[in-house]
Amino acid sequence: MSDLRELYQEVILDHNKSPRNFRELPEADHHAHGDNPLCGDIVTVYVKMDGDALGEVTFQGSGCAISQASASMMTEAIRGKSLAEARELSSRFRRLLTEDRPDGATQDAEALGKLAVFSGVKEYPMRVKCATLAWHTLSAALDHDSATVSTEG
Amino acid sequence: MSRTAKAVSTRSWEGASLAHLEGGRGIEGEGGDPIAFDVEAVREEFPGLHQEVHGHPLVYLDNAATTQKPRAVIEAVTRFYEHDTSNIHRGVHTLAERATATYEGARRTVARTLGIEPREVVFTRGTTEAINLVARSFVRPRLSPGDEVIVTWLEHHANIVPWQIVCGEAGATVRAVPIDDRGVLDLDALAEALERGGKRVRMLAVGHISNAVGTVHPVRRIVELAHAHGVPVTVDGAQAVPHMPVDVAALGCDFYAFSGHKAYGPSGIGALWGRAEHLESMPPMQGGGDMIRSVSFDGTTFADPPTRFEAGTPNIEGTAGLAAALDFLDGLDRAAVQAHEEALAAHAVEELAAIPGVHLVGTAPERAAIVSFVVDGIHAHDVGTILDARGVAIRAGHHCAQPAMRRFGVAATARASFALYNTHHEVEALAAAVRHAQEMFGA
Repeated sequence: MSDLRELYQEVILDHNKSPRNFRELPEADHHAHGDNPLCGDIVTVYVKMDGDALGEVTFQGSGCAISQASASMMTEAIRGKSLAEARELSSRFRRLLTEDRPDGATQDAEALGKLAVFSGVKEYPMRVKCATLAWHTLSAALDHDSATVSTEG
Repeated sequence: MSRTAKAVSTRSWEGASLAHLEGGRGIEGEGGDPIAFDVEAVREEFPGLHQEVHGHPLVYLDNAATTQKPRAVIEAVTRFYEHDTSNIHRGVHTLAERATATYEGARRTVARTLGIEPREVVFTRGTTEAINLVARSFVRPRLSPGDEVIVTWLEHHANIVPWQIVCGEAGATVRAVPIDDRGVLDLDALAEALERGGKRVRMLAVGHISNAVGTVHPVRRIVELAHAHGVPVTVDGAQAVPHMPVDVAALGCDFYAFSGHKAYGPSGIGALWGRAEHLESMPPMQGGGDMIRSVSFDGTTFADPPTRFEAGTPNIEGTAGLAAALDFLDGLDRAAVQAHEEALAAHAVEELAAIPGVHLVGTAPERAAIVSFVVDGIHAHDVGTILDARGVAIRAGHHCAQPAMRRFGVAATARASFALYNTHHEVEALAAAVRHAQEMFGA
C-alpha cells in the first residue's frame, strides 16, 4: 500500500471529525462560497476583521475529509494575521501542494507550520483541489470585498 | 474467438439457470454436460486486469464508468492499424475497400446484436453524442414554446442536458418523473405526466439501467405508456448493452443509444439506433464530407441515413474494436454471464449491508450489478482513495446524476459496479477494504 497515513494524518482525521470554527458568522465582513463541481465539496468561509487583521474566521461546508480538515485548519492558521500575511500563507499552501520545488518546499513547509501535514496530498493529484478549496474560497472572500470597496468606497 | 471458446459454452439460454449457478456455478452445455462459467478463463482474456495497484492485485469495480478490454478488441484495433489503415467510402484501392468493409461490417454486427436493421444504425462518439443527435435533429425541429420533454429523476446528465439545451432554445420544458425511495420509477406519475402534457410532450427519454444506483427500468411498459399518448421514446442503453441481451425491436422504442467503451469496446465509438422513418425525417447535425449526395454552391443534397449523420472521417478503428467487443459478448453464454453478474451484485449487497454504518443507496428489486453506498462518517471520496490504496477501484461522486443524488438525499456515493470478469473473491476484497476505511477513520 502506498502510505495512506501520509495523506490521512491523525490531525487531518481529527479536524474532519471535529471541525473547528464550524459555524456561520452573520457579522462577517467578508464571506464567499466555494464549491468543487467535480466532486461536490462545498465550503463557505466567513471573515470578521479586527482592524487590519483577520479577527474571526469560520466556515461551513460538507465534503471529503481533506476538504473539511483543510478548511478547519485554515481558520485556525489565519486568525490574527494581516491580509498580506493571510495571502502569503495562502500562496505558500497552494505552492506546497502543486509545485515541484524541493528547496522552496522545505522553506514553505516551515512557514506553514501545522498546515504542512497536507504535503502528502501532493501524491494524490485528484485530491489537491479538495485541499485548496477553502484557500481559494478565502481569496475570493478577501478579493471580493476589496472589489466592493473600490466601487463603493 | 478461439481464445474465448474455453471460457464459455455455446449460447444455450435454455440450459442456463440461476439454480445451477448458485450450486456449482455451472450451466448445462449444449451436449447436456455441465460447463462451468469459468471466470478465471474469461479473466485471462483481459490483460488490463493482471496488474498490481499500490502493491495489491487490481480489483476493478468501476465498470459502469468503463470496462477493461479483452484481447480480441485490442487485437482488432491493432490489426486495423497494422493492415487496413485507410479511409472509407472513397478510394478504389484495396486498403480503402478493406477499411470500408470493416466499418460497414461493424454496422451489421451492431444491428445483429440489437436485432435491428443496419441502415438504422448511426455510428456516434458514444451515447452522449447519440442522444444529442436525437435532441438536435429529431426533437428540436418539432419543439414549440410550451412543449415538453419528459425524463426521470434517475437519468445520467447525458440524458438530461441535451434535452434542456434544445428545450431552452425553443421555450419548452424538461419535466422529470419521480422515483420512489428504492429508486423505482413511479409509473403512475409517468402516466399522469403524459396525460397532463398531452400533445405538448415531444419525447420521453429514459435510461435502460441507472448508472447511479443500478435500477433496471421496465422499458417495454414505459414505451407502451408513451406510445399510447403518441409520444416517442429514446432509451439510453449505455449500461444495458454490456450486461444484458438487448432486443430493441421487442422494447418497441423509437431511439436506442449505447457506447462501445462500457461494453468492452474502445472509447469514442458508440451507436444510435433510430426507426428508419424517424431518421429519414431528421436533418444532419454536422455537415462535411461523406454525408452528402452532391455539393454545389447552389445547394447541397444530403445522403440518406445513416450516412447523413456521419460527417467527416469516422472512428473506423473504433468500429473494428466495437464489432470485436460485440462478437466477444456474443460468443459467451449471455444468460450465464448475466446470472454471474447478478450473483456478484447479490453477494456485494449482502456483504456491504452487513457492515454497521454502511447504507445502500437504491434498492430496486429489478437491478443490475451496480451497488451504490454511503459510509457513516466517511465521505465517498475518502472511501474511494482508501480503497484505491488497497487496489480496489470504485467510483466516488455523483456519477453524473446529480438530480438522482439529491433525490436520495446524498451529495455523493461510493459505487461498485461489476462486469463479467469480476469474482466473488473481489466482492470480499471490497467489503474488507470498506471495513479498513472505517477503522482508519474511527468511524
